[in-house]
Amino acid sequence: MRCGDFRVSYASDERIFETRLPPVALAALLALLALVPLVAGTYWLDVLNRIGIAIIGAIGLNILVGFTGQISIGHAAFLSVGAYSTAILEVKAGVPFWLAIPLAAGLTSGFGLLFGVPSLRLKGLYLAIATLAAHFITAYVIIHWERMTNGVLGFNVPPATVFGFPLDSDARIFYLIFALVVPAVFFAKNLFRTKVGRAFIAVRDRDVAAAVIGVSLYRYKLLAFVISSFYAGVAGGLMAHHSRIVFPDAFSLLVAIDYLAMIIIGGMGSILGSIYGAAFMTLLPEVLKLGATSLTGVYPNAFGLIASARDIVFGLAIIFFLMYEPQGLARIWMRFRSFWKLWPYAY
Amino acid sequence: MAAACLSVDDLCVNFGGLRAVDHVSFAIESGRIHGLIGPNGAGKTTIFNCVTGFYRPTSGRVRFLEHDITGFRPDQVAKLGIARTFQNVQLFASLSVLDNVLVAKHGHMRTGVLAEGLGLPFVRKQEHAVRDTAFGLLDFLGLADLHRKPAASLPLGHQKRLELARALALEPKLLLLDEPASGLNTSETQALGEMLGRVRERFALTVLLVEHDMGLVMNVTDVITVLNFGRKIAEGTPKDVQNDPEVIKAYLGETAGAGRG
Repeated sequence: MRCGDFRVSYASDERIFETRLPPVALAALLALLALVPLVAGTYWLDVLNRIGIAIIGAIGLNILVGFTGQISIGHAAFLSVGAYSTAILEVKAGVPFWLAIPLAAGLTSGFGLLFGVPSLRLKGLYLAIATLAAHFITAYVIIHWERMTNGVLGFNVPPATVFGFPLDSDARIFYLIFALVVPAVFFAKNLFRTKVGRAFIAVRDRDVAAAVIGVSLYRYKLLAFVISSFYAGVAGGLMAHHSRIVFPDAFSLLVAIDYLAMIIIGGMGSILGSIYGAAFMTLLPEVLKLGATSLTGVYPNAFGLIASARDIVFGLAIIFFLMYEPQGLARIWMRFRSFWKLWPYAY
Repeated sequence: MAAACLSVDDLCVNFGGLRAVDHVSFAIESGRIHGLIGPNGAGKTTIFNCVTGFYRPTSGRVRFLEHDITGFRPDQVAKLGIARTFQNVQLFASLSVLDNVLVAKHGHMRTGVLAEGLGLPFVRKQEHAVRDTAFGLLDFLGLADLHRKPAASLPLGHQKRLELARALALEPKLLLLDEPASGLNTSETQALGEMLGRVRERFALTVLLVEHDMGLVMNVTDVITVLNFGRKIAEGTPKDVQNDPEVIKAYLGETAGAGRG
């Protein structure tokens, strides 16, 4: 029986997974994931697709905010740059989608680099306000650059095609999304096992000490913005393909707040936490909706009430996690797991 | 005379109307342990901050080996081979003891974001190599058993040792220690003195030491520079400095100095 924590090699210390089981479980999960579109209805496929996109976006935000400590409420702006560049590249320039998404992500990285510059001078709340400015500048440009963006109305995006095979159903787009979610998770996990990830955390924990042992604050703060907005660019590109339309309201300030809520609830500075948070924040409104539907028989007004209940529940969830579980769902899961690992010999 | 490792020439630092450092010059020979002492507010930490790039001096130069490092950023100074510890310990609280040391190995890894994210084999190899050296250092300073603990959970004495381990991980040529004995009791301070000797022997370091614990300073240093109100008032071997009337006056006050002198 495992009764303690023994590590006899670096490899075991650096492993992505803490125990032997997960690689097997992971393979099973991936296989299961591949089978999902065969069994799930369009409704749940749509929910899963949105979770997948949110996972990529949330990991991006977590790298910047959770790991590097650079607070940003400009994430919706980064997503919108990714979505609009993908859409414009495909619709106006005729670039195929498999090229458009990486190009758009690269473009979003450049955009992140630009709006990361204030972080070299500003910290905390002041930086948050600077990123808020980035949000409004982007929103303004999108609404007013009508020739490119078609203003407030937005425009339709044709389905992506792979070898002449259109990804026009929820099931097909599902494979595209999760083919990107899996490498996105592993890339981030790897990053935090070695030099760059450690430097990010060092900048967050104590920037003065990081500088004094040779970590360039300029380089790493900007790098965090670049990587974070690359993830946001990919997530945005997928959003454009998932909803097949881009319009400004899809990237309101509330979206940025939702993403912050994801990483707070899921766990700041945790890749797995970003996944839990993305799932939680996407599922909660669906659960509320289901509750409301079952209530309409008894109480016809339930649907109207749910609309406001969503915001209240989100607000309460954020407050609850900040007060009682600042490390989020990731921490709850770890406690749960270590309990069962030792059960029934808890002491 | 051996070559100067660090030389500070005619350094002035103004904070608004206050002159914190006033035309101070001194040079540290390679391989020495050089003490920098003076009453509170004498400008010791300010000089540290100028050397390590946190402050830009108002005038004067700082030279390190063959480089003029005046106005360099902290990370540039670190890359040239100057490491420091802080008066109040500055660790990465959420990282483990081992990871704290590994952050300092940052400059010794030649890996990029892409290679790391993809987990390429050469990244693993470099990672294992730096882990080996980091473990060696922790072992040397008696912290190896604690390597998995979060840095914030260590008692102060261990935190100070960890900060020293992190500084040494840079493989510096010059080590600046800002009050390493503050908050330590007598026996801990004595152990620290012995450790400094061992560190210098093993790593062939030059050390600049700011310290209030006179017992430690007199024991371990080769040369001492004394500051008072931003000015250099004396320099010499511990014995010379102890008997210098200016120094006695600065530490004990006018009348006591006169009474003794």
